[in-house]
Amino acid sequence: MNDTVKNSLLFAAVAALIVGTGFMQSWNSALGLLNMGLISAIMALGVNLQWGFAGLFNVGVMGFVALGGLAVVMTSMPPVTEAWAAGGLRVMAALAFGAATIVATVFAYKRLAGRARTVAVLAILIGGFFIYRALFDPAVEAIEAINPAATGYLGGLGLPVLLAWVMGGLLAAGVAWLIGKTALGLRSDYLAIATLGIAEIIIAVMKNEDWLARGVKNVNGLPRPVPKEIDLQETESFVQAAQNLGMDPVTASSLYVKAGYSLLFAAVLILILVASQLALKSPWGRMMRAIRDNEVAAEAMGKNVTRRHLQIFVLGSAVCGIAGAMMTTLDGQLTPGTYNPLRFTFLIWVMVIVGGSGNNLGAVLGGFLIWWLWIQVEPIGLWTMELITSGMADDSALRAHLLDSAAHMRLMTMGIILLLVLRFSPRGLIPEK
Amino acid sequence: MDFLNGLVALSNFVLIPAVAYGSQLALGALGVTLIYGILRFSNFAHGDTMAFGAMVTVLVTWWLQGMGVSFGPLPTALLALPFGILGTIGLVLLTDSVVYRFYREQKAKPVILVIVSMGVMFIMNGLVRFIIGPNDQKFADGERFIISVREFKAMTGLREGLAIKTTQGLTVVVAVICVAALFWFLNRTRTGKSMRAYSDNEDLALLSGINPERVVMYTWMIVAALATIAGVLYGLDKTFKPFVYFQLLLPIFASAIVGGLGNPLGAIAGGFIIAFSEVTITYAWKKVLTYWLPEPLEPSSLVQLLSTDYKFAVSFVILIVVLLFKPTGIFKGKSV
Repeated sequence: MNDTVKNSLLFAAVAALIVGTGFMQSWNSALGLLNMGLISAIMALGVNLQWGFAGLFNVGVMGFVALGGLAVVMTSMPPVTEAWAAGGLRVMAALAFGAATIVATVFAYKRLAGRARTVAVLAILIGGFFIYRALFDPAVEAIEAINPAATGYLGGLGLPVLLAWVMGGLLAAGVAWLIGKTALGLRSDYLAIATLGIAEIIIAVMKNEDWLARGVKNVNGLPRPVPKEIDLQETESFVQAAQNLGMDPVTASSLYVKAGYSLLFAAVLILILVASQLALKSPWGRMMRAIRDNEVAAEAMGKNVTRRHLQIFVLGSAVCGIAGAMMTTLDGQLTPGTYNPLRFTFLIWVMVIVGGSGNNLGAVLGGFLIWWLWIQVEPIGLWTMELITSGMADDSALRAHLLDSAAHMRLMTMGIILLLVLRFSPRGLIPEK
Repeated sequence: MDFLNGLVALSNFVLIPAVAYGSQLALGALGVTLIYGILRFSNFAHGDTMAFGAMVTVLVTWWLQGMGVSFGPLPTALLALPFGILGTIGLVLLTDSVVYRFYREQKAKPVILVIVSMGVMFIMNGLVRFIIGPNDQKFADGERFIISVREFKAMTGLREGLAIKTTQGLTVVVAVICVAALFWFLNRTRTGKSMRAYSDNEDLALLSGINPERVVMYTWMIVAALATIAGVLYGLDKTFKPFVYFQLLLPIFASAIVGGLGNPLGAIAGGFIIAFSEVTITYAWKKVLTYWLPEPLEPSSLVQLLSTDYKFAVSFVILIVVLLFKPTGIFKGKSV
């Protein structure tokens, strides 16, 4: 059996899992699985770029995914003009001042020496911080005072939501550049801790800076690239068509919308997959793998390892940002409180490693497979628990506890899968060639 | 008088909480640093090991409370602590023989071990949630305060009160005992010396007949004990919630790295540096400054440098600054 046949069979098996869900549960949940599977596959491609191609250990995926979500709000929501008038420019000025302070500090650090340097750096930092707060705080207060129940933030640019996906990538790339500039070049496990911290900070900023995207008050009703279910149900021709197919218009509208998302997401996935494959096979991709396998040798051959690392760190993070923007669009709302590193960082890592690190097709396969498992482990766990406890008395406390705890089976299952794959098939389902 | 009042307020809101938190971080960071020194990888499952140890202790505490056992003014959890430590030792030794030993024999790269520890983290996290659920659990009992605000005011006649919680005092005492015992063990006993030798130079240690598996086993046992103690103290002082322990991973790693990974003394210093920075930067200084500054200079705002939600940012910034300017930490750590 050659590789092509084996890979096709693997993909067919995952497709069968999703289709099987359609038959066993409902087509609605099958399409939901497919959509999140597509998004997960894109995230996995992003991590695979960093880990599989270049061996960068980034555990801050959650942060870049969240930035993508933020970009959707910043791009596609209509601007809140009163808020802009109240303090928009002042906030921008304060932020610019803050950035200028940091640049001035770096400049002073590089140009001066000895005691003068210490004094100058401290003076700029401390003075800058207080001036920044003095500029920033009143402006934020003014913005958040504007109709806090409905807006209380600056709003977005009012651009089409599909553009927000690109913006999500750009925003994540920009932040990744800043992080990469400081944290890359650290040893692999230091980089891991640093990225873990960055992700937490990004989430903390999104939760607390209400002027930016309403924080934990969430932004609801994001614009959608596909029609609304309710509009479809009121369209005569759609209802007619659904009835001709023998379907209930409500179900039909929901399926139609989900299928629309699937097509859009699939287009993005294919685009990114093709680009990744071309990159992997290009001289650039070979150079990346050479750096990954032996940094010293690559450096001796004249490759600028730090710059290449920065490049791929930015690219991979941008892909995660795009996926994050797509996910927020699919949800229709930005909820910073729901980002959780186990779900948005470590689960993506499980996808890449199970699929096969260094292989783009593997990452995509892992994305679909692990997402399917993540969703289906819960019902399977509940079913298993019911089977195990069926002999116990109905009012048994142990039985109730076991049934309640079935929901927590997913984390354990993911850990076991990760460990089994690492132990018995460390190169994943579709190994790198 | 104003100066004293300010000092009391400062101790009450900054110094005492920071000392307690710092001790908890230091105990956690010691575990991380020992694993790094001996087994040579960053253990991402450490936070969840702490959660597991604390969970076993919580369960035994409940059982003891149910039996009507109490420890007088001290929390019953102290009586349950040895059981928690034993349970955690059992779990980590099992994990080591089922999971980590294979990679050690293969001489796998450290980054692979980090990924493996991610898998262990998932399993331990799931295990804890499976057994005790994801919610807050209360298990502290006994006296709540060593000194309460009212007693302190009556005693000194100052306007500001000072409270020392039993758990805070306990944390510091237990941490000092643990650290003293650990250093005695590492510096004075044969096993401790062989552990240090193994950490300094693996090949040389092997040549001189040190059994690596024994060293590793002792390391895991010590780490399990430290993690459980840190977890229980944190749980007593704040509250036991599985997810919080996972989030402690960042400040703990920051402490260990700031002090110099692999250096136990550094881990303790790092723990206090991180704790004091976090607390001072997120504390609203208005009260203290009102006492200390002359009337015209008194602040009108809260004088809080950063809101408490950004405490991660504090540990993180310290971490980055130390890594950029002194990559092996303040005390010289090792690098693999």
